Amino acid sequence: MTKQRSSLRRRGFTLFQCAMGFLLFLFVMVPFLWLLLSSLSERRDLISLPLRFPPGHLSFARYAAVFAPGGEEIARAFKYALFNSLIVASLVTAVGLVVGALASYSFARLRFAFKEKLLYALLFTYMIPPIVIVLPLYVAISALGLLDRKVTLVFLYLSMTIPFVVWVMRSYFGSISKSFEEAALIDGCTRLQTLRYVYVPMARPGLIATGILAFLLSWDEFFFSLIFTSSLAAKTIPVAIAEFTGKNSVDYGMITTGGVIASIPPLLIAIFFQKYIVMGMTGGGNKE
Amino acid sequence: MRSEQRESLGRRARGRGGEGDLSEQGFAFLLLTPAALLIFIVVLLPLLITFGYTLINMNLLSATKGRFTGLANYASVLGASWFWSSLGRTLYFTFVSLVLETGLGLLFALLLAGSFPGVGVLRSLVILPWAIPTLVSGALWKWILHPDYGALNALLSWLGLIKEYHAWLGQPWLAMNMVILADVWKMAPYSAIFFLAALQFINKALYEAARIDGAGVFRRFRYVTFPHLVPTLLVVVVMRSMDKFKAFDLFYVMTKGGPANGTKVLTYDAYLRGFDNLNYSAAATISYVIAFLVLALTVIYLRLGKQEDVND
Amino acid sequence: MTRKAIAALTLMALMGVGLWAADKVVLNALFMKQAGFSEEDITAGTRDFMDRNPDIQVNLTFVAYEDLEQKILTAAAAGGYDVVLSDGPFTAKFAVGGIVKEIPPLAAADKADIFPGALDACEYLGKYWGMPWINDVRYLYFNKKMLAQAGFKRAPATLDEMIAQAKVLKAKKIVEYPIVLPWNQAETLSCDFTTITALFGGAMAKDGKPTLDTEANRKALEWMVRAIKDGLVNPKSIVYGEDDINGVFEGGNAAFMFNWTYAYGVANDPSQSKVVGDVGIAMIPGNGRVKSATVNGGQPLCIASGSKHPNEAWAYILYMTGKDFQKAHPANSLPIWRSLYTDPNVVKSNPDVVAVAKTQYDYIVNRPKVPYYSAFSSMLQVKIQQALLGRKSVDQALKEAQSEAESLAQQ
Repeated sequence: MTKQRSSLRRRGFTLFQCAMGFLLFLFVMVPFLWLLLSSLSERRDLISLPLRFPPGHLSFARYAAVFAPGGEEIARAFKYALFNSLIVASLVTAVGLVVGALASYSFARLRFAFKEKLLYALLFTYMIPPIVIVLPLYVAISALGLLDRKVTLVFLYLSMTIPFVVWVMRSYFGSISKSFEEAALIDGCTRLQTLRYVYVPMARPGLIATGILAFLLSWDEFFFSLIFTSSLAAKTIPVAIAEFTGKNSVDYGMITTGGVIASIPPLLIAIFFQKYIVMGMTGGGNKE
Repeated sequence: MRSEQRESLGRRARGRGGEGDLSEQGFAFLLLTPAALLIFIVVLLPLLITFGYTLINMNLLSATKGRFTGLANYASVLGASWFWSSLGRTLYFTFVSLVLETGLGLLFALLLAGSFPGVGVLRSLVILPWAIPTLVSGALWKWILHPDYGALNALLSWLGLIKEYHAWLGQPWLAMNMVILADVWKMAPYSAIFFLAALQFINKALYEAARIDGAGVFRRFRYVTFPHLVPTLLVVVVMRSMDKFKAFDLFYVMTKGGPANGTKVLTYDAYLRGFDNLNYSAAATISYVIAFLVLALTVIYLRLGKQEDVND
Repeated sequence: MTRKAIAALTLMALMGVGLWAADKVVLNALFMKQAGFSEEDITAGTRDFMDRNPDIQVNLTFVAYEDLEQKILTAAAAGGYDVVLSDGPFTAKFAVGGIVKEIPPLAAADKADIFPGALDACEYLGKYWGMPWINDVRYLYFNKKMLAQAGFKRAPATLDEMIAQAKVLKAKKIVEYPIVLPWNQAETLSCDFTTITALFGGAMAKDGKPTLDTEANRKALEWMVRAIKDGLVNPKSIVYGEDDINGVFEGGNAAFMFNWTYAYGVANDPSQSKVVGDVGIAMIPGNGRVKSATVNGGQPLCIASGSKHPNEAWAYILYMTGKDFQKAHPANSLPIWRSLYTDPNVVKSNPDVVAVAKTQYDYIVNRPKVPYYSAFSSMLQVKIQQALLGRKSVDQALKEAQSEAESLAQQ
């Protein structure tokens, strides 16, 4: 009798979990689906009162305008912004991983003066809001003629990516057992060689995870791009999306289209590399 | 300060070197140089210069532009009612969105830790709101909250919950809470992932023991789950607070600090004073106050991390 | 000549050529997208200028309107741009902040041909800081069909007439809220307040000092509050911007609105408007002794203070603001030159609007020319909205606004 009751309770609980799971699904997916739907709706459906759902027509016209030749100027411009974001984020990730991992290894495995203070300083620089440093940076960068260049954005983003990489990789390097290093040193490796042949391969999952998170960080960045870029030479996606707000009118159709396009790379990464993202977020920081 | 440290490091590295390869300190120095150099140039130097701005009158519209004013800027900013209003709004935003985000994140994590049909798919999907760039998320919510064509109005009136369309971003307090909603939507999944990972570390045997002892769902949570989550909770709270102080993108795209300054948080206030009112010293001063607050939080964050190590 | 001499001369000639080629002046010009002249027009005009001035090259940058001010501010001192598109309200701020240079004096004949209100937007403390380029004001838009249904043959010429017509429209249930206005808490509200206070004979500032708490301004604000209370102005106007009221008007849910030139094209666009063919445009109705008034939404071209080639920058500005360019591209922005309003090309581009524009421009009112205009406007918007929402009385709102404006003036 007890068995029947408890299995009923268990089934009830599972049903409850499924219901909650469905609510979670709605919470996560509905706004995003609305984004997609809006980008595919014609303007007349977007501004019809009351809202017509499902919309009358679906059209890929805006996407065609962005990617196919002959589209509206402002839509094509978005393609360049996408390209800029890809290049900047990739460069920042690549350089940031190398420089950051090297520095992180020092913090994790070497002894040197002021180690702790430097670490705190590093964390602090990551936490500072960009507004605190933007004015002098602008004066310097424009004096050097480096405004509106992708390379400038790369340097600026590295300043927030490197501390991040150092911080997260610290625990990965730290968790690699010292005995491997000792064995390599006994075999006659230099420190640089142990770094290359022992630590890097063993920390590979951590490096991938950190690289993914660093890429997402750059992809998301808005403030520096807003201030330091102005033309298609360097403008990134978030700024391009914000620009669909004109002097008098806001083009929600294009904004949502831009939003969908801007979301695709991070979404693909999130879905296929989910394991790494979770690892990157949680593997670091909790342990020393 | 920075350069002196590096100099002494360098001196020591050069001093040794009788052995074949670099001393440990020298090697560390080598590995750290690129990172240190970049951060010094891009962050630390401007940080110092901005501090300089806070000590002179950098109000481009003022007649006494360029004059050294010492701590007068801090006095005037800290004595201004608008500053405390903005600080209050920032604290409200931080506190409320943090509570919601952490609470929801925890609930999501508890759900996702279970096993029921579809949980695997859910675990993959839950991260999507976080993956979307903040600006896109803000623009999306602004669209959903549109007073005439927004989906929220349409949905609520279709469900019969509201009689006429609201302007969700049209009243100061309501607008602030809508921005919080957008932020929570994006970041609750982020917290959820942290909590989920922590949950998975808890020894299942503890649950079994509790169940045998007759503890129900809530007691199991209170005495087994929650104590194990506290460290993660603290880390998440402090880390996310620091991020909330940096919040800018959502405010830029959704409300531009309005209506009636209802969503003007400190970062946005600093931005407006610098780039709209041409008052660079006010902007710099506000920024430094934010920086001091962040510094305090950083210290707390690190202390927590240390305590963690002690506990381990 | 000796070989050495030939060599020396050749070298000097080459250097001369090199210097001449290197002497090509490069100008960086900042414009905005999506409003005013189109990017194609500007690019075409620029190419034309470069053809006429082979030693000058102009690089164009287009940014969103919202980013314009920030880009100008950050680039001005550093010389990142030579020519910038500014906005009327920025003039005083940019002048005092040393962001833009004073322009060279204009020929008297030119000065006389430019609408005085447009030119006045570029003036501060007796000097001129830019050249008017985009010309834009708000007009009264009305739905001809609705008015006809209510028995009115023409647009109202005074505010009282507009209110009377609105009451009839409402009573006859032709439209629930006959008037819709862009009174969102944003610059658009300050724009309409400029118009309406002028209609009541008031002004927000005089001689560079704020004059908010005056009898005339109080009457203006009371009119606004009353119009909403009486249900004649759509209560959602408080959260509507220019684009939103277009939506309402186009959807056939309003009979009257105040909006910029661009709204005419939008309201007649069959892909989104339900009132194509019923759109009327007229001057903003007058009041008492004031025949009409309208806020200046125009934007001038300025020389950035950090420019290393101010003369060439001025030459470019003269060309772009000149009659040739403005005559050739009237579709998106009507000319600043009075004499061009009889030009067939200009009239043909938008006959209905041109007919109204050429007289409406005589009644341009500029927003207060004070350096702290941004903070002033933001503060004022809050106060006006508090009055409109009934949270403060009109007197209290204006009194507070005046005292806050005075404290802004003192900084």
